[in-house]
Amino acid sequence: MATKKSNTIKLKFDSARNLAPAPESKSAAKIDPRYDLFINGKFEKPLSKKYFGTINPATEEKLSEVAEANQADVNRAVKAARAAYDNVWKKMPAKERAKYIYRIARMIQERAREFAIIESLDGGKPIRESRDFDVPTAANHFFYYAGWADKLEYAFPNRTTQPLGVAGQIIPWNFPLLMAAWKIAPALATGNTVVLKPAETTPLTALKLAEIIQEADLPPGVVNIITGAGATGAAIVNHPDINKIAFTGSTDVGKIIQRAIAGTNKKATLELGGKAANIIFDDAPLDQAVEGVINGIFFNQGHVCCAGSRLYVQESVFKEVVRKLKDRMETMIVGDPLDKNTDIGAINSRQQLETINKYLKIGQQEGAEMYQSSCSIPRKGFFCRPTIFTNVAQSNRIAQEEIFGPVLAIQSFRTDDEVIEKANNTPFGLSAGVWTDKGSKIFNMTTKLRAGVVWANTFNKFDPTSPFGGYKESGYGREGGLHGLAAYVNIV
Amino acid sequence: MIATKFIPDFSVSPHVDQVGIEERASRFTKRSIKNETKINGLKLALNMIDLTTLEGKDTDGKVKQLCYKAIHLHDSYPDLPTVAAICVYPSMVKVAKKALEGTGVKVASVATAFPSGQAPRDIKIRDTKFAVAQGADEVDMVISRGKFLEGEYNFVFDEIAAIKEACGEARLKVILETGELVTYDKVRKASDIAMYAGADFIKTSTGKISPAATMPVTLVMLEAIRDFYYKTGKRIAMKPAGGISKSKLALHYLVMLNEVLGEEWMNNHWFRFGASSLANDILMQLMKQKTGVYQSANYFSID
Repeated sequence: MATKKSNTIKLKFDSARNLAPAPESKSAAKIDPRYDLFINGKFEKPLSKKYFGTINPATEEKLSEVAEANQADVNRAVKAARAAYDNVWKKMPAKERAKYIYRIARMIQERAREFAIIESLDGGKPIRESRDFDVPTAANHFFYYAGWADKLEYAFPNRTTQPLGVAGQIIPWNFPLLMAAWKIAPALATGNTVVLKPAETTPLTALKLAEIIQEADLPPGVVNIITGAGATGAAIVNHPDINKIAFTGSTDVGKIIQRAIAGTNKKATLELGGKAANIIFDDAPLDQAVEGVINGIFFNQGHVCCAGSRLYVQESVFKEVVRKLKDRMETMIVGDPLDKNTDIGAINSRQQLETINKYLKIGQQEGAEMYQSSCSIPRKGFFCRPTIFTNVAQSNRIAQEEIFGPVLAIQSFRTDDEVIEKANNTPFGLSAGVWTDKGSKIFNMTTKLRAGVVWANTFNKFDPTSPFGGYKESGYGREGGLHGLAAYVNIV
Repeated sequence: MIATKFIPDFSVSPHVDQVGIEERASRFTKRSIKNETKINGLKLALNMIDLTTLEGKDTDGKVKQLCYKAIHLHDSYPDLPTVAAICVYPSMVKVAKKALEGTGVKVASVATAFPSGQAPRDIKIRDTKFAVAQGADEVDMVISRGKFLEGEYNFVFDEIAAIKEACGEARLKVILETGELVTYDKVRKASDIAMYAGADFIKTSTGKISPAATMPVTLVMLEAIRDFYYKTGKRIAMKPAGGISKSKLALHYLVMLNEVLGEEWMNNHWFRFGASSLANDILMQLMKQKTGVYQSANYFSID
């Protein structure tokens, strides 16, 4: 029998990637050429008189233009939210509030296909993810918190809760609709009103949500959605009549917000960056662990704050895991986000692609070994091949800083204590993953890893009932679940 | 005869996580197979079928009809491939062999007291030798599930090795009967034992037990084949059998094969479907792709 050395063996996956196009139809979604600000239940022209374009990152074509809210526009939105809070929303019986939230949830489901298409067009994520994850999970958040609205006395037994007032909410570009749902649903359920700003590169699904909110007949001013960039966000954060800031985004901006609200009476929840450790022990089910690593770092092009961007593999299975990982990467299809077979879509913006490419250079300069899948990528648009680095040191920047792209830094370890120390050796602490067949080891690891979420034998699993949030520079406060309610109430 | 120099400790075969493997298997079903990829896939699936009749009431006539069907799947569709093989009981091998002479379609025979495997080893060996002497190109054996579940791995290993020896030039398919092994960990272990003992194919099921082939079980076996290939350099073929009767499901299996083992396995030397009703469903889909309308089942021959 012919026995070849294993390093000469290579499986071939070209045909696995070359499937006939299976595009979702763009025409199933309606995008207006221009969107105004959603204030007090109506779409209003911006006082700034300014608009900016939003593009499809897969083609660099302009999809629409949206209003840029200035200080005066923010004032209008906050005023509308305050009036709605004082006159309508805080007085409304909780079960009536719940009906509106249920209605929004149902309408998202009814228009799920349209939302999924627009999410992929505007943000670049593959339609498989927006269709199977973003949109259904967003609807689930509304359903879940609608259920809590008239049961707050059970959420906080023997205590009375009061809403905070007007919540200013600033959300990122990685999960535009889902983050809007995470923020709006608990705020409404607890009786607060909202001024929400989506990210400047991905405003469209939030504005579509505004259309739904209008159709759902939510009292005017309860939810206001205004678009703009950093200056608009700063105007919200600094507005004196806002009681609570909920922010998801970068750690740098989180620090600015923290400084800005110091000394004020504003409450805040900050959900910031991450550099999660995904840890594979030698007794783990390796093929499933590899799949978890793939989902951990390549889900949504790696634009995930809890992405498993650091991989620690026990040394006795290190080579095997890296080999399996490379084979799996070869089968991933990178390209048109609207194609149903695409695994990795477009990087969200040119700026983000430049950041990722900068880190690819840094990694190589630091002496790490880079491997990218051999797939082709489209000439137009912003794309990045799935990338892993081996021969990485804990002191390398690619192992320390959040890249927010499809880039994985892999290190090996020998003992449990060593990997716990290395995993915790980061300014972040949002999530972590543990892969082992041994239950006792899972519990030992989860108590010692300083991260808000620790997944065992899975990764990147989300559910409205589960709280989510960080340690250290990954922020504070929890969103989702019972804990997510606490962030929007005063407990008296 | 020992097939490889290195024999691992089968009591420590790799673990399989149930949730993870089922999630991965379902991910393949999300691939959207269209147009030319679909037509090529359907034709390839036809070409991978082991057209099977394994019944007590099988007759020479029925086997002859099936053999005719194997090479004339649907003559109103030009240039269709043949199926890969006809799979019959040992007593029907001679008839099938004669009917298929010169066509390139292989004759596979079940053996070793199929489907239960409840017979002494010498009878299983005689069963195998008879099938091969009658002209079988391939032998589909069953493992002793009772011994396997008792933990008698050496017994199972030795039995497979003995049957492999009795096969001579015929390729050996080892049926694990995964429906009786129940857990994915056991499927993985049985796969490893079969491959190291000399199997040319590993096969999920007899088709007589439910559940038969499923995508997660097949995925466990494909991953075992891949790991074995990396360790030894030796390719092993795969045959899911039973329960695959629709073209769409067959395409999902091909997507899975393509993404786990790659294009070198995408032919009927390295992959088979054990199925009887799958062929007509594929023919129906191919005619639909060609004409734009579905034809009734009455237009497709039942053999």
